[in-house]
Amino acid sequence: MEELFRIAYPVASADYTSAGQASTDIKRRLKQLGVGGDVLRRVAVASYEVELNLVIHSLGGELVLSVFPDAVQLVSTDVGPGIPDLSMAMREGYSTANEEARSLGFGAGMGLPNMKRNADEFDIQSQVGTGTTITMRFKLPT
Amino acid sequence: MTIEDMVRVLSARVLRGGDKLDTPVYTACCSDLMSDVLAFVDEKTVLITGLTNPHVIRTSEMLDLKCLVFVRGKVPTDDILDSAEEQGLVVLTTKMTAFSACGLLYDLGLRGVPVPLGWGAEDK
Repeated sequence: MEELFRIAYPVASADYTSAGQASTDIKRRLKQLGVGGDVLRRVAVASYEVELNLVIHSLGGELVLSVFPDAVQLVSTDVGPGIPDLSMAMREGYSTANEEARSLGFGAGMGLPNMKRNADEFDIQSQVGTGTTITMRFKLPT
Repeated sequence: MTIEDMVRVLSARVLRGGDKLDTPVYTACCSDLMSDVLAFVDEKTVLITGLTNPHVIRTSEMLDLKCLVFVRGKVPTDDILDSAEEQGLVVLTTKMTAFSACGLLYDLGLRGVPVPLGWGAEDK
């Protein structure tokens, strides 16, 4: 289906101060576009989780928001380091976050499972040395 | 009950959102782990926490929370409070510990948020 809107946000590694700014903007823009209620909340939570993951775990990456007539899509891509064991990473409570992330209240190992729970469609592809791509889709009410 | 009742029972100080104290509240959650708040909270509720960094406000924004209660006398910096005000949050601080604050609020009628579907061993 035709893409109505698209915006890309670069996300820097270990930039804990700015972490969440892209998600704040995504939420505001979607609100302006008339997205609300349960979908908006689920997109906001998943977006914040994936943005934090880019900051905490990646070497830098990008978060892209696309809006279609029937869905909102978030795609996170990074330049590494990649996830060696995806099934472990998807497990609730498993985390490799560092002390800095934990001191801010993150690193409980709930990020990826929470993204999966909030999105209507969730896909993760990762290769060590190359990077990780997470694609999430949220159906819009018709 | 309203946020005003919470202020009274917690002997709290209102840091921001004094014009919204008549907002009704039914549930609350208490955590210093924003990861868990993001995962286990599905409703517009009250967050009781001892963590005062900007991510508490961002987490509240993503979840559309109504009210933040900082325990153990903690007060975030003014820029953090200003961003809370921007999103319409009521912000309180109390000298009580999280345990005491939660106990008194429960006694007053506030209940824990239900754990959303999809978590916990029984769902596996």
